[in-house]
Amino acid sequence: MNWQALVPLLGFLIIIFGVGMWSSRYVKSSHSFLQEYFLGDRSLGGFILAMTMTATYGSASSFIGGPGAAYDKGLGWVLLAMSQVATGYFVLMVLGKKFAIITRRYKAVTMIDFLKKRYQSKWVVLFSAISIIIFLFSAMAAQWIGGARLIESLTGMQYTTALFIFAVSVLFYVIIGGFRAVAFTDAIQGSIMFLGTLILLIATIIAGGGLSNIMADLYTENPNLLSPYGAERDLTPAYVSSFWILVGVGVVALPQIAVRAMSYKNAKSMHRALIIGTFVVGFIMLNMHLIGVLARPILPDIEIGDKVMPLIALEVLPSWLAGIVLAAPMAAIMSTVDSLLLIVSSSIVKDLYLNYIQPKASHVRIKQLSIGVTAVLGMIVFVMALNPPDLIIWLNLFAFGGLEAAFIWPIILGLYWNKGNKYGALASMIVGVGLYILSDTFYPEPFGFHSVVLPTVLALLAYVVVSLGTQKKNF
Amino acid sequence: MKQNDLKQDDYRFKVANREALIGVGLVVFNFIWWFAFAYGLGSKDPANYKYVFGFPAWFFYSCILGFIIMTVLVTVIVKKYFVDIPFDDEGEVK
Repeated sequence: MNWQALVPLLGFLIIIFGVGMWSSRYVKSSHSFLQEYFLGDRSLGGFILAMTMTATYGSASSFIGGPGAAYDKGLGWVLLAMSQVATGYFVLMVLGKKFAIITRRYKAVTMIDFLKKRYQSKWVVLFSAISIIIFLFSAMAAQWIGGARLIESLTGMQYTTALFIFAVSVLFYVIIGGFRAVAFTDAIQGSIMFLGTLILLIATIIAGGGLSNIMADLYTENPNLLSPYGAERDLTPAYVSSFWILVGVGVVALPQIAVRAMSYKNAKSMHRALIIGTFVVGFIMLNMHLIGVLARPILPDIEIGDKVMPLIALEVLPSWLAGIVLAAPMAAIMSTVDSLLLIVSSSIVKDLYLNYIQPKASHVRIKQLSIGVTAVLGMIVFVMALNPPDLIIWLNLFAFGGLEAAFIWPIILGLYWNKGNKYGALASMIVGVGLYILSDTFYPEPFGFHSVVLPTVLALLAYVVVSLGTQKKNF
Repeated sequence: MKQNDLKQDDYRFKVANREALIGVGLVVFNFIWWFAFAYGLGSKDPANYKYVFGFPAWFFYSCILGFIIMTVLVTVIVKKYFVDIPFDDEGEVK
Protein backbone atom coordinates (compact mmCIF):
# COMPACT_ATOMS: atom_id res chain seq x y z
CA MET A 1 0.00 0.00 0.00
CA ASN A 2 1.14 3.45 -0.87
CA TRP A 3 0.25 5.40 2.25
CA GLN A 4 1.84 8.67 1.23
CA ALA A 5 -0.37 8.83 -1.84
CA LEU A 6 -3.37 7.62 0.11
CA VAL A 7 -3.44 10.26 2.82
CA PRO A 8 -4.20 13.27 0.54
CA LEU A 9 -6.88 11.20 -1.15
CA LEU A 10 -8.48 10.45 2.20
CA GLY A 11 -8.30 14.12 3.11
CA PHE A 12 -10.16 14.91 -0.09
CA LEU A 13 -12.88 12.40 0.77
CA ILE A 14 -13.31 13.90 4.23
CA ILE A 15 -13.82 17.38 2.77
CA ILE A 16 -16.40 16.00 0.37
CA PHE A 17 -18.25 14.37 3.28
CA GLY A 18 -18.24 17.71 5.06
CA VAL A 19 -19.93 19.40 2.11
CA GLY A 20 -22.58 16.67 2.09
CA MET A 21 -23.37 17.25 5.76
CA TRP A 22 -23.49 21.02 5.29
CA SER A 23 -25.84 20.77 2.30
CA SER A 24 -28.20 18.43 4.09
CA ARG A 25 -29.13 21.34 6.39
CA TYR A 26 -30.61 23.13 3.37
CA VAL A 27 -32.50 20.00 2.37
CA LYS A 28 -34.00 19.72 5.86
CA SER A 29 -35.04 23.36 6.14
CA SER A 30 -36.27 23.83 2.57
CA HIS A 31 -39.93 24.66 1.97
CA SER A 32 -39.93 22.83 -1.37
CA PHE A 33 -38.10 19.53 -1.11
CA LEU A 34 -38.14 18.76 -4.84
CA GLN A 35 -36.80 22.18 -5.91
CA GLU A 36 -34.05 21.98 -3.30
CA TYR A 37 -33.04 18.31 -3.59
CA PHE A 38 -32.98 18.12 -7.39
CA LEU A 39 -32.18 21.74 -8.26
CA GLY A 40 -30.59 23.46 -5.23
CA ASP A 41 -33.42 26.03 -5.21
CA ARG A 42 -32.12 27.71 -8.41
CA SER A 43 -29.55 29.61 -6.42
CA LEU A 44 -26.20 28.83 -8.04
CA GLY A 45 -23.73 31.66 -8.55
CA GLY A 46 -21.41 32.09 -11.53
CA PHE A 47 -18.32 30.33 -10.25
CA ILE A 48 -20.16 27.32 -8.86
CA LEU A 49 -22.20 27.03 -12.05
CA ALA A 50 -19.12 27.11 -14.29
CA MET A 51 -17.35 24.54 -12.15
CA THR A 52 -20.26 22.14 -11.83
CA MET A 53 -20.73 22.24 -15.61
CA THR A 54 -17.05 21.66 -16.26
CA ALA A 55 -16.83 18.87 -13.75
CA THR A 56 -19.86 17.16 -15.20
CA TYR A 57 -18.40 17.20 -18.74
CA GLY A 58 -15.00 16.08 -17.57
CA SER A 59 -16.15 12.60 -16.87
CA ALA A 60 -14.22 9.37 -16.64
CA SER A 61 -14.39 9.07 -20.41
CA SER A 62 -12.21 12.12 -20.78
CA PHE A 63 -10.27 11.86 -17.55
CA ILE A 64 -9.28 8.24 -17.49
CA GLY A 65 -10.06 7.05 -21.00
CA GLY A 66 -9.04 10.34 -22.62
CA PRO A 67 -5.38 10.49 -21.58
CA GLY A 68 -5.21 6.75 -22.34
CA ALA A 69 -6.46 7.29 -25.88
CA ALA A 70 -4.12 10.27 -26.32
CA TYR A 71 -1.27 8.01 -25.19
CA ASP A 72 -2.14 5.52 -27.93
CA LYS A 73 -3.03 7.93 -30.74
CA GLY A 74 -0.83 10.96 -30.16
CA LEU A 75 -1.63 14.64 -30.73
CA GLY A 76 -4.52 13.76 -33.04
CA TRP A 77 -6.52 12.77 -29.99
CA VAL A 78 -5.79 16.05 -28.25
CA LEU A 79 -7.14 17.81 -31.34
CA LEU A 80 -10.29 15.72 -31.05
CA ALA A 81 -10.64 16.54 -27.36
CA MET A 82 -10.38 20.26 -28.00
CA SER A 83 -13.81 20.15 -29.62
CA GLN A 84 -15.04 20.27 -26.02
CA VAL A 85 -14.02 23.91 -25.64
CA ALA A 86 -17.31 24.67 -27.40
CA THR A 87 -19.33 23.22 -24.53
CA GLY A 88 -17.97 25.94 -22.25
CA TYR A 89 -19.97 28.67 -23.99
CA PHE A 90 -22.39 26.90 -26.34
CA VAL A 91 -24.63 25.21 -23.76
CA LEU A 92 -25.24 28.32 -21.69
CA MET A 93 -25.64 30.59 -24.70
CA VAL A 94 -28.00 28.37 -26.65
CA LEU A 95 -30.24 27.09 -23.88
CA GLY A 96 -29.46 30.38 -22.28
CA LYS A 97 -31.87 32.90 -20.93
CA LYS A 98 -34.87 31.50 -22.73
CA PHE A 99 -34.52 28.15 -20.99
CA ALA A 100 -34.06 29.93 -17.66
CA ILE A 101 -37.23 32.01 -18.13
CA ILE A 102 -39.39 29.20 -19.50
CA THR A 103 -38.39 26.60 -16.93
CA ARG A 104 -39.15 29.09 -14.15
CA ARG A 105 -42.52 29.81 -15.69
CA TYR A 106 -43.23 26.08 -15.97
CA LYS A 107 -41.79 25.49 -12.48
CA ALA A 108 -39.78 22.68 -14.08
CA VAL A 109 -37.38 20.75 -11.87
CA THR A 110 -36.03 18.30 -14.46
CA MET A 111 -35.41 18.43 -18.18
CA ILE A 112 -38.38 16.13 -18.64
CA ASP A 113 -40.59 18.59 -16.75
CA PHE A 114 -39.79 21.06 -19.47
CA LEU A 115 -40.61 18.57 -22.23
CA LYS A 116 -43.83 17.58 -20.46
CA LYS A 117 -45.16 21.11 -20.20
CA ARG A 118 -43.95 22.11 -23.63
CA TYR A 119 -45.43 19.15 -25.48
CA GLN A 120 -48.27 18.07 -23.15
CA SER A 121 -47.78 14.45 -24.05
CA LYS A 122 -47.63 11.37 -21.87
CA TRP A 123 -45.68 9.44 -24.50
CA VAL A 124 -42.99 12.07 -24.80
CA VAL A 125 -42.51 11.92 -21.03
CA LEU A 126 -42.50 8.13 -20.81
CA PHE A 127 -40.13 7.71 -23.71
CA SER A 128 -37.76 10.37 -22.35
CA ALA A 129 -37.77 9.02 -18.82
CA ILE A 130 -37.08 5.48 -19.97
CA SER A 131 -34.23 6.49 -22.28
CA ILE A 132 -32.67 8.55 -19.52
CA ILE A 133 -32.88 5.71 -17.05
CA ILE A 134 -31.43 3.11 -19.43
CA PHE A 135 -28.68 5.22 -21.00
CA LEU A 136 -27.48 7.06 -17.94
CA PHE A 137 -27.53 3.89 -15.95
CA SER A 138 -24.99 2.29 -18.28
CA ALA A 139 -22.94 5.48 -18.28
CA MET A 140 -22.91 5.41 -14.52
CA ALA A 141 -21.64 1.84 -14.41
CA ALA A 142 -18.79 2.82 -16.71
CA GLN A 143 -17.86 5.72 -14.47
CA TRP A 144 -17.88 3.61 -11.32
CA ILE A 145 -15.53 1.16 -12.96
CA GLY A 146 -13.20 4.06 -13.75
CA GLY A 147 -13.29 5.25 -10.15
CA ALA A 148 -12.57 1.83 -8.75
CA ARG A 149 -9.73 1.22 -11.25
CA LEU A 150 -8.13 4.42 -10.14
CA ILE A 151 -8.21 3.56 -6.46
CA GLU A 152 -7.00 0.07 -7.35
CA SER A 153 -3.92 1.21 -9.27
CA LEU A 154 -3.17 3.91 -6.75
CA THR A 155 -3.36 1.94 -3.55
CA GLY A 156 -2.90 -1.66 -4.61
CA MET A 157 -6.24 -2.57 -3.03
CA GLN A 158 -8.42 -5.18 -4.65
CA TYR A 159 -10.87 -3.98 -7.28
CA THR A 160 -13.87 -4.95 -5.17
CA THR A 161 -12.63 -3.12 -2.09
CA ALA A 162 -11.81 -0.07 -4.18
CA LEU A 163 -15.25 -0.12 -5.76
CA PHE A 164 -16.84 -0.35 -2.35
CA ILE A 165 -14.96 2.68 -0.99
CA PHE A 166 -15.82 4.68 -4.07
CA ALA A 167 -19.50 3.74 -3.95
CA VAL A 168 -19.92 4.54 -0.26
CA SER A 169 -18.29 7.97 -0.62
CA VAL A 170 -20.45 9.04 -3.55
CA LEU A 171 -23.68 7.66 -2.18
CA PHE A 172 -23.21 9.37 1.16
CA TYR A 173 -23.14 12.95 -0.04
CA VAL A 174 -25.61 12.55 -2.89
CA ILE A 175 -28.22 10.91 -0.70
CA ILE A 176 -28.09 13.37 2.16
CA GLY A 177 -27.19 16.56 0.29
CA GLY A 178 -28.94 16.42 -3.10
CA PHE A 179 -28.16 18.85 -5.91
CA ARG A 180 -26.62 21.50 -3.70
CA ALA A 181 -24.09 19.02 -2.34
CA VAL A 182 -23.39 17.80 -5.86
CA ALA A 183 -22.83 21.33 -7.19
CA PHE A 184 -20.56 22.36 -4.32
CA THR A 185 -18.49 19.20 -4.37
CA ASP A 186 -18.26 19.68 -8.15
CA ALA A 187 -16.81 23.13 -7.59
CA ILE A 188 -14.15 21.71 -5.28
CA GLN A 189 -13.53 18.83 -7.68
CA GLY A 190 -13.31 21.19 -10.67
CA SER A 191 -10.70 23.28 -8.88
CA ILE A 192 -8.71 20.15 -8.05
CA MET A 193 -8.90 19.06 -11.70
CA PHE A 194 -7.67 22.47 -12.81
CA LEU A 195 -4.66 22.57 -10.51
CA GLY A 196 -3.96 18.83 -10.69
CA THR A 197 -3.66 18.71 -14.46
CA LEU A 198 -1.49 21.83 -14.47
CA ILE A 199 0.97 20.44 -11.92
CA LEU A 200 1.10 17.07 -13.64
CA LEU A 201 1.64 18.60 -17.08
CA ILE A 202 4.57 20.67 -15.87
CA ALA A 203 6.12 17.73 -14.01
CA THR A 204 5.72 15.50 -17.06
CA ILE A 205 7.42 18.02 -19.35
CA ILE A 206 10.31 18.35 -16.88
CA ALA A 207 10.64 14.58 -16.49
CA GLY A 208 10.73 14.14 -20.27
CA GLY A 209 13.59 16.64 -20.61
CA GLY A 210 11.61 19.53 -22.08
CA LEU A 211 9.00 19.79 -24.83
CA SER A 212 11.38 19.70 -27.81
CA ASN A 213 13.02 16.63 -26.40
CA ILE A 214 9.70 14.84 -25.91
CA MET A 215 8.52 15.77 -29.40
CA ALA A 216 11.78 14.42 -30.84
CA ASP A 217 11.33 11.16 -28.90
CA LEU A 218 7.77 10.83 -30.17
CA TYR A 219 8.94 11.50 -33.72
CA THR A 220 11.60 8.79 -33.46
CA GLU A 221 9.07 6.27 -32.20
CA ASN A 222 6.39 7.05 -34.79
CA PRO A 223 6.17 10.36 -36.71
CA ASN A 224 2.40 9.98 -36.97
CA LEU A 225 2.08 10.55 -33.22
CA LEU A 226 2.73 14.21 -34.05
CA SER A 227 0.20 14.39 -36.88
CA PRO A 228 -3.52 15.14 -36.59
CA TYR A 229 -4.26 11.70 -38.05
CA GLY A 230 -3.29 9.47 -35.13
CA ALA A 231 -0.55 6.86 -34.74
CA GLU A 232 -2.04 4.48 -37.33
CA ARG A 233 -3.36 7.34 -39.47
CA ASP A 234 -6.88 6.12 -38.75
CA LEU A 235 -8.29 9.40 -37.42
CA THR A 236 -9.90 10.96 -40.49
CA PRO A 237 -10.99 14.63 -40.50
CA ALA A 238 -14.63 13.54 -40.82
CA TYR A 239 -14.39 11.24 -37.80
CA VAL A 240 -12.56 13.77 -35.64
CA SER A 241 -14.97 16.54 -36.66
CA SER A 242 -17.91 14.35 -35.60
CA PHE A 243 -16.81 14.88 -32.04
CA TRP A 244 -17.97 18.48 -32.34
CA ILE A 245 -21.43 16.97 -32.23
CA LEU A 246 -20.75 14.17 -29.77
CA VAL A 247 -18.81 16.03 -27.08
CA GLY A 248 -19.24 19.60 -28.34
CA VAL A 249 -22.64 21.02 -29.24
CA GLY A 250 -24.63 17.80 -28.62
CA VAL A 251 -23.92 18.10 -24.92
CA VAL A 252 -26.79 20.62 -24.76
CA ALA A 253 -29.16 17.65 -24.85
CA LEU A 254 -27.67 15.71 -21.95
CA PRO A 255 -30.10 15.89 -19.05
CA GLN A 256 -27.36 16.29 -16.43
CA ILE A 257 -26.10 19.35 -18.34
CA ALA A 258 -29.51 20.82 -19.24
CA VAL A 259 -30.61 20.69 -15.61
CA ARG A 260 -27.67 22.90 -14.69
CA ALA A 261 -28.84 25.44 -17.23
CA MET A 262 -31.96 25.93 -15.10
CA SER A 263 -30.23 26.08 -11.73
CA TYR A 264 -28.57 29.49 -11.75
CA LYS A 265 -29.68 32.51 -9.82
CA ASN A 266 -29.68 35.34 -12.37
CA ALA A 267 -28.27 36.67 -15.63
CA LYS A 268 -25.13 37.92 -13.88
CA SER A 269 -24.23 34.41 -12.65
CA MET A 270 -24.79 33.11 -16.15
CA HIS A 271 -22.48 35.71 -17.69
CA ARG A 272 -19.73 34.93 -15.22
CA ALA A 273 -20.17 31.20 -15.76
CA LEU A 274 -19.79 31.64 -19.52
CA ILE A 275 -16.42 33.30 -19.16
CA ILE A 276 -15.06 31.08 -16.40
CA GLY A 277 -16.49 27.92 -17.97
CA THR A 278 -14.96 28.42 -21.40
CA PHE A 279 -11.54 29.00 -19.92
CA VAL A 280 -11.66 26.17 -17.39
CA VAL A 281 -13.05 23.53 -19.76
CA GLY A 282 -10.49 24.33 -22.45
CA PHE A 283 -7.63 24.47 -19.99
CA ILE A 284 -8.44 21.14 -18.36
CA MET A 285 -9.10 19.33 -21.65
CA LEU A 286 -5.88 20.60 -23.22
CA ASN A 287 -3.66 19.81 -20.25
CA MET A 288 -5.11 16.45 -19.43
CA HIS A 289 -4.89 15.05 -22.96
CA LEU A 290 -1.45 16.51 -23.52
CA ILE A 291 -0.29 14.69 -20.40
CA GLY A 292 -1.36 11.43 -22.05
CA VAL A 293 0.72 12.10 -25.17
CA LEU A 294 3.76 13.46 -23.35
CA ALA A 295 3.77 10.49 -20.96
CA ARG A 296 4.58 8.13 -23.81
CA PRO A 297 8.35 8.61 -24.06
CA ILE A 298 8.64 8.51 -20.25
CA LEU A 299 6.64 5.31 -19.71
CA PRO A 300 6.59 3.54 -23.09
CA ASP A 301 4.99 0.21 -22.22
CA ILE A 302 1.62 0.87 -20.61
CA GLU A 303 -0.88 -1.60 -21.98
CA ILE A 304 -4.15 -0.63 -20.30
CA GLY A 305 -4.92 2.93 -21.38
CA ASP A 306 -6.93 3.60 -18.23
CA LYS A 307 -3.79 3.36 -16.11
CA VAL A 308 -1.76 6.04 -17.90
CA MET A 309 -2.86 8.89 -15.69
CA PRO A 310 -2.21 7.25 -12.29
CA LEU A 311 1.06 5.65 -13.40
CA ILE A 312 2.55 8.82 -14.83
CA ALA A 313 1.60 10.77 -11.72
CA LEU A 314 3.33 8.24 -9.48
CA GLU A 315 6.34 8.28 -11.81
CA VAL A 316 7.00 12.01 -12.16
CA LEU A 317 5.77 13.39 -8.82
CA PRO A 318 6.73 12.74 -5.19
CA SER A 319 4.10 10.38 -3.70
CA TRP A 320 2.37 12.92 -1.50
CA LEU A 321 1.92 15.28 -4.45
CA ALA A 322 0.81 12.40 -6.70
CA GLY A 323 -1.88 11.70 -4.12
CA ILE A 324 -3.16 15.26 -4.37
CA VAL A 325 -2.99 15.31 -8.16
CA LEU A 326 -4.68 11.96 -8.48
CA ALA A 327 -7.55 13.28 -6.48
CA ALA A 328 -8.25 15.10 -9.78
CA PRO A 329 -9.39 12.19 -11.94
CA MET A 330 -11.08 10.78 -8.89
CA ALA A 331 -12.87 14.11 -8.56
CA ALA A 332 -13.83 14.03 -12.22
CA ILE A 333 -15.40 10.64 -11.89
CA MET A 334 -17.20 11.40 -8.67
CA SER A 335 -18.59 14.64 -10.01
CA THR A 336 -20.04 12.91 -13.05
CA VAL A 337 -21.39 9.97 -11.13
CA ASP A 338 -23.08 12.13 -8.54
CA SER A 339 -24.97 14.15 -11.13
CA LEU A 340 -25.97 11.05 -13.11
CA LEU A 341 -27.24 9.40 -9.97
CA LEU A 342 -29.37 12.39 -9.13
CA ILE A 343 -30.77 12.65 -12.67
CA VAL A 344 -31.76 9.00 -12.86
CA SER A 345 -33.31 9.23 -9.44
CA SER A 346 -35.23 12.40 -10.38
CA SER A 347 -36.50 10.70 -13.53
CA ILE A 348 -37.92 7.86 -11.51
CA VAL A 349 -39.38 9.89 -8.66
CA LYS A 350 -40.43 13.12 -10.33
CA ASP A 351 -41.09 12.13 -13.92
CA LEU A 352 -42.55 8.67 -13.54
CA TYR A 353 -43.87 8.23 -9.99
CA LEU A 354 -45.28 11.72 -9.40
CA ASN A 355 -46.65 12.10 -12.92
CA TYR A 356 -48.29 8.76 -13.45
CA ILE A 357 -48.32 6.57 -10.37
CA GLN A 358 -49.16 8.76 -7.40
CA PRO A 359 -49.59 12.46 -8.26
CA LYS A 360 -50.86 13.31 -4.79
CA ALA A 361 -48.00 11.84 -2.81
CA SER A 362 -47.30 13.67 0.44
CA HIS A 363 -44.25 15.78 1.14
CA VAL A 364 -42.78 13.20 3.49
CA ARG A 365 -43.45 10.37 1.08
CA ILE A 366 -41.65 12.19 -1.79
CA LYS A 367 -38.72 12.84 0.46
CA GLN A 368 -38.42 9.24 1.61
CA LEU A 369 -38.84 7.99 -1.91
CA SER A 370 -36.23 10.33 -3.44
CA ILE A 371 -33.64 9.37 -0.90
CA GLY A 372 -34.59 5.68 -1.06
CA VAL A 373 -34.49 5.50 -4.86
CA THR A 374 -31.11 7.23 -4.95
CA ALA A 375 -29.72 4.71 -2.48
CA VAL A 376 -31.14 1.65 -4.24
CA LEU A 377 -29.89 2.85 -7.63
CA GLY A 378 -26.42 3.29 -6.22
CA MET A 379 -26.39 -0.26 -4.94
CA ILE A 380 -27.58 -1.70 -8.27
CA VAL A 381 -24.82 0.15 -10.13
CA PHE A 382 -22.33 -1.17 -7.61
CA VAL A 383 -23.34 -4.74 -8.37
CA MET A 384 -23.17 -4.11 -12.12
CA ALA A 385 -19.71 -2.61 -11.86
CA LEU A 386 -18.38 -5.71 -10.09
CA ASN A 387 -17.89 -7.41 -13.44
CA PRO A 388 -16.34 -4.72 -15.61
CA PRO A 389 -15.46 -4.45 -19.32
CA ASP A 390 -12.07 -3.03 -20.38
CA LEU A 391 -12.33 0.22 -22.27
CA ILE A 392 -14.84 2.40 -20.51
CA ILE A 393 -14.71 5.17 -23.06
CA TRP A 394 -16.84 3.41 -25.66
CA LEU A 395 -19.52 2.32 -23.24
CA ASN A 396 -19.74 5.83 -22.01
CA LEU A 397 -19.89 7.52 -25.40
CA PHE A 398 -22.61 5.13 -26.52
CA ALA A 399 -24.84 6.27 -23.69
CA PHE A 400 -24.24 9.96 -24.20
CA GLY A 401 -24.63 9.74 -27.97
CA GLY A 402 -27.98 8.03 -27.57
CA LEU A 403 -29.32 10.74 -25.28
CA GLU A 404 -28.05 13.50 -27.52
CA ALA A 405 -29.70 12.00 -30.59
CA ALA A 406 -32.93 11.70 -28.61
CA PHE A 407 -33.18 15.11 -26.98
CA ILE A 408 -31.27 17.69 -28.98
CA TRP A 409 -34.14 18.70 -31.29
CA PRO A 410 -37.04 18.35 -28.87
CA ILE A 411 -35.21 20.72 -26.52
CA ILE A 412 -33.74 23.26 -28.90
CA LEU A 413 -36.60 23.44 -31.37
CA GLY A 414 -39.10 23.16 -28.53
CA LEU A 415 -37.54 26.31 -27.15
CA TYR A 416 -37.13 28.33 -30.33
CA TRP A 417 -39.68 27.05 -32.84
CA ASN A 418 -43.36 27.54 -32.06
CA LYS A 419 -44.62 25.11 -34.67
CA GLY A 420 -42.82 22.13 -33.12
CA ASN A 421 -45.32 19.74 -31.52
CA LYS A 422 -45.51 16.46 -29.65
CA TYR A 423 -45.70 14.32 -32.78
CA GLY A 424 -42.55 15.90 -34.12
CA ALA A 425 -40.78 15.50 -30.78
CA LEU A 426 -41.73 11.86 -30.47
CA ALA A 427 -40.76 11.07 -34.07
CA SER A 428 -37.44 12.83 -33.55
CA MET A 429 -36.65 10.89 -30.38
CA ILE A 430 -37.53 7.52 -31.87
CA VAL A 431 -35.58 8.19 -35.06
CA GLY A 432 -32.60 9.53 -33.11
CA VAL A 433 -32.24 6.74 -30.58
CA GLY A 434 -33.35 3.94 -32.90
CA LEU A 435 -31.02 4.82 -35.74
CA TYR A 436 -28.13 5.47 -33.40
CA ILE A 437 -28.35 2.03 -31.85
CA LEU A 438 -28.88 0.33 -35.23
CA SER A 439 -26.11 2.28 -36.90
CA ASP A 440 -23.67 1.74 -34.06
CA THR A 441 -24.35 -2.00 -34.09
CA PHE A 442 -24.59 -2.81 -37.79
CA TYR A 443 -23.06 0.07 -39.71
CA PRO A 444 -20.58 2.00 -37.61
CA GLU A 445 -19.07 5.18 -39.06
CA PRO A 446 -21.28 5.77 -42.11
CA PHE A 447 -19.43 8.00 -44.63
CA GLY A 448 -16.51 8.19 -42.19
CA PHE A 449 -18.51 10.05 -39.53
CA HIS A 450 -19.02 8.86 -35.98
CA SER A 451 -22.29 6.94 -35.80
CA VAL A 452 -24.01 9.70 -33.81
CA VAL A 453 -23.90 12.22 -36.69
CA LEU A 454 -26.32 10.73 -39.20
CA PRO A 455 -29.07 9.88 -36.68
CA THR A 456 -28.86 13.43 -35.31
CA VAL A 457 -29.38 14.91 -38.77
CA LEU A 458 -32.25 12.54 -39.56
CA ALA A 459 -33.83 13.27 -36.17
CA LEU A 460 -33.93 16.96 -37.15
CA LEU A 461 -35.63 16.06 -40.40
CA ALA A 462 -38.17 13.88 -38.57
CA TYR A 463 -38.95 16.66 -36.10
CA VAL A 464 -39.54 19.30 -38.75
CA VAL A 465 -41.43 17.13 -41.26
CA VAL A 466 -43.72 15.49 -38.70
CA SER A 467 -44.41 18.77 -36.87
CA LEU A 468 -45.37 20.54 -40.08
CA GLY A 469 -47.43 17.57 -41.24
CA THR A 470 -49.55 17.55 -38.07
CA GLN A 471 -50.34 21.27 -37.62
CA LYS A 472 -53.89 22.10 -36.61
CA LYS A 473 -55.64 24.44 -38.98
CA ASN A 474 -56.58 27.07 -36.42
CA PHE A 475 -52.97 28.09 -35.79
CA MET B 1 -51.33 23.24 -26.17
CA LYS B 2 -50.46 26.35 -24.19
CA GLN B 3 -49.22 28.29 -27.16
CA ASN B 4 -49.05 31.54 -25.18
CA ASP B 5 -46.31 30.11 -22.99
CA LEU B 6 -43.90 30.64 -25.83
CA LYS B 7 -45.24 33.94 -27.08
CA GLN B 8 -42.51 35.90 -28.78
CA ASP B 9 -43.53 39.44 -27.88
CA ASP B 10 -41.79 39.34 -24.49
CA TYR B 11 -38.80 41.69 -24.88
CA ARG B 12 -36.64 39.23 -22.95
CA PHE B 13 -37.06 36.62 -25.66
CA LYS B 14 -35.59 39.00 -28.21
CA VAL B 15 -32.51 39.26 -26.02
CA ALA B 16 -32.43 35.50 -25.50
CA ASN B 17 -32.82 34.71 -29.20
CA ARG B 18 -30.05 37.08 -30.16
CA GLU B 19 -27.68 35.61 -27.59
CA ALA B 20 -28.45 32.07 -28.74
CA LEU B 21 -27.57 33.08 -32.30
CA ILE B 22 -24.30 34.57 -31.05
CA GLY B 23 -23.57 31.16 -29.50
CA VAL B 24 -24.15 29.42 -32.82
CA GLY B 25 -21.94 31.96 -34.60
CA LEU B 26 -19.13 31.42 -32.11
CA VAL B 27 -19.22 27.66 -32.58
CA VAL B 28 -19.05 28.00 -36.35
CA PHE B 29 -16.07 30.35 -36.07
CA ASN B 30 -14.40 28.08 -33.50
CA PHE B 31 -14.85 25.03 -35.72
CA ILE B 32 -13.46 26.71 -38.85
CA TRP B 33 -10.40 27.99 -36.98
CA TRP B 34 -9.78 24.58 -35.43
CA PHE B 35 -10.25 22.64 -38.66
CA ALA B 36 -8.36 25.01 -40.96
CA PHE B 37 -5.20 25.10 -38.88
CA ALA B 38 -5.20 21.43 -37.95
CA TYR B 39 -5.62 20.04 -41.44
CA GLY B 40 -4.22 23.02 -43.33
CA LEU B 41 -0.83 22.82 -41.59
CA GLY B 42 -0.94 19.22 -40.33
CA SER B 43 -1.51 17.37 -43.61
CA LYS B 44 2.08 17.37 -44.76
CA ASP B 45 4.67 14.79 -43.81
CA PRO B 46 5.55 15.12 -40.09
CA ALA B 47 9.22 15.34 -41.14
CA ASN B 48 8.52 18.82 -42.56
CA TYR B 49 6.61 20.21 -39.57
CA LYS B 50 7.59 23.57 -38.18
CA TYR B 51 7.54 23.99 -34.41
CA VAL B 52 6.17 26.83 -32.28
CA PHE B 53 7.13 26.83 -28.57
CA GLY B 54 8.05 23.15 -28.91
CA PHE B 55 4.70 22.08 -30.38
CA PRO B 56 4.10 21.21 -34.04
CA ALA B 57 2.79 24.42 -35.67
CA TRP B 58 -0.62 22.98 -36.62
CA PHE B 59 -1.18 21.92 -33.02
CA PHE B 60 -0.11 25.23 -31.56
CA TYR B 61 -2.33 27.35 -33.81
CA SER B 62 -5.35 25.04 -33.84
CA CYS B 63 -5.51 23.84 -30.24
CA ILE B 64 -3.56 26.28 -28.09
CA LEU B 65 -3.98 29.63 -29.86
CA GLY B 66 -7.52 28.65 -30.89
CA PHE B 67 -8.43 28.06 -27.26
CA ILE B 68 -6.94 31.37 -26.13
CA ILE B 69 -8.78 33.25 -28.87
CA MET B 70 -12.10 31.64 -27.95
CA THR B 71 -11.65 32.57 -24.30
CA VAL B 72 -10.91 36.19 -25.18
CA LEU B 73 -13.76 36.33 -27.70
CA VAL B 74 -16.29 34.91 -25.25
CA THR B 75 -15.17 37.32 -22.54
CA VAL B 76 -15.43 40.37 -24.79
CA ILE B 77 -18.78 39.38 -26.30
CA VAL B 78 -20.38 38.54 -22.96
CA LYS B 79 -19.17 41.74 -21.33
CA LYS B 80 -20.16 43.99 -24.21
CA TYR B 81 -23.27 42.49 -25.74
CA PHE B 82 -25.01 40.29 -23.19
CA VAL B 83 -27.91 41.93 -21.39
CA ASP B 84 -28.86 41.51 -17.75
CA ILE B 85 -32.55 40.58 -17.65
CA PRO B 86 -34.78 39.20 -14.87
CA PHE B 87 -35.82 35.56 -15.17
CA ASP B 88 -38.95 35.61 -13.01
CA ASP B 89 -42.21 36.69 -14.57
CA GLU B 90 -43.56 40.01 -13.35
CA GLY B 91 -46.10 39.98 -10.57
CA GLU B 92 -44.89 36.63 -9.30
CA VAL B 93 -43.63 36.41 -5.75
CA LYS B 94 -40.09 35.14 -5.45
